[in-house]
Amino acid sequence: MFTQHTILENVLICLRDMVPLSEQVGPDSDLVNDLGLESVKMMDLLMKLEDEYDLSIPINILMDVRTPRQLANALVAYVEKSHGAV
Amino acid sequence: MGLYDKFSRLAAERTHFQDSGASPFGTRIDAVYSPTEGRIGDKDVILAGTNNYLGLTFDAQAIEAAQQALAAEGTGTTGSRMANGSYGGHTALEAELAAFLDRPSVMVFSTGYVANLGIIGSLAGPREVVLLDADCHASIYDACALGGAQIIRFQHNDAKDLERRMLRLGAQAKDALIIVEGIYSMLGDTAPLKEIVDIKRRLGGYLLVDEAHSFGVMGPNGRGLSEALGVEADVDIILGTFSKSLAAIGGFAAGRSGMEVLRYASRPYIFTASPSPSVVASVRSALRAIATRPELRECLWSNAHRLYDGLASLGYALGPHVSPVVPVMVGTKEQGLGFWRALIDQGVYVNLVLPPATPAGVTLVRCSVSAAHTPQQIDQIIQAFSVLRPLAELAG
Repeated sequence: MFTQHTILENVLICLRDMVPLSEQVGPDSDLVNDLGLESVKMMDLLMKLEDEYDLSIPINILMDVRTPRQLANALVAYVEKSHGAV
Repeated sequence: MGLYDKFSRLAAERTHFQDSGASPFGTRIDAVYSPTEGRIGDKDVILAGTNNYLGLTFDAQAIEAAQQALAAEGTGTTGSRMANGSYGGHTALEAELAAFLDRPSVMVFSTGYVANLGIIGSLAGPREVVLLDADCHASIYDACALGGAQIIRFQHNDAKDLERRMLRLGAQAKDALIIVEGIYSMLGDTAPLKEIVDIKRRLGGYLLVDEAHSFGVMGPNGRGLSEALGVEADVDIILGTFSKSLAAIGGFAAGRSGMEVLRYASRPYIFTASPSPSVVASVRSALRAIATRPELRECLWSNAHRLYDGLASLGYALGPHVSPVVPVMVGTKEQGLGFWRALIDQGVYVNLVLPPATPAGVTLVRCSVSAAHTPQQIDQIIQAFSVLRPLAELAG
């Protein structure tokens, strides 16, 4: 069963694999300015999450995403559509 | 907040790389002597970073055709084809490309970038799903963004990953647009087109292949990877450029007859000035060279093998396939810059490509081979890399 909390946790786990250990990754970290995530890495992160949830999530959602929390919130609708209410 | 403040990180990086010596972001070729020789500052160099695969930029017949068109029709068309009319050369070039590719419809654009915008950006609207190889060129991403398509990436050259993602789409898969490239511009590797065609046959979808780096380079007749692998009938649209093997500037799309409607729907086609007569004339001449001089391709591939094998024997980490694009991995951005500058000092010009423009965050010096390189020039390039091998070892 997925919850908003577990989705956010998953985002943070995937993200920690992609940034240097020295970076402090929090729910409200700025993905670009704080964590230095380039656009390609943002798209790679989304691919990982698609596989995690076995979903199709267009990269278009990244246009409005600045933080892990915002990304998790954007994922909720897709997870709900596929796996039921979150 | 100022208009340019959002570029502050980019500006800082640019300054960092321009603090001393030549800059990879603004290289000035001060003289061009031939398809393979030029001068940067006071240093004569072998040009091995040009994408001039068949070496036709100085082809005598192409130059003569361009000069005749220049004299006969002037320097430019000064307008778009829809508003200001097509010249005879435009329609003749489209007919010749259609015959060469055995396709009912060809549209010519002013650049390869605009061809991608004009075709993909028009076909793939917000209701369409595009399945895109993760390493596709920026122009393809931009084209998808222009149309507002839903973009799903799959792992580079991983047909199984494409299939997995298509299966997730369910019923949408049969109308999805799959986009891959013939030869990928950074690593020089080729798409697993047979496997992708097999997936398309089973799950549906449309297949678009950008043959920018493979047109004129691959296939018994130079029609690209699709021809080389015998899958042309399964490819719905071929995109190409005039700025590589055809040695000029412009682009084209070749497809089924239904594509003709895009002449009235594709904004990048409608609202752009059409290619100049001299450009069209030289491209037509270069196309004839591709069709009638297969020895150019033989020479190109001989040179590609010579360079790839030579650099591999020196222990360099290269791309996965032998191709006219030979990327060499060289450590960090700073180490790559040092290596690239040292190559110029050795008399060899290649391209330095830095992340995020490279796959997997690697820094690479990217060589591109030409049919016009002599074996001796290829050996000189290898010799320069040999001299710099200790530098590469420091780079790890």
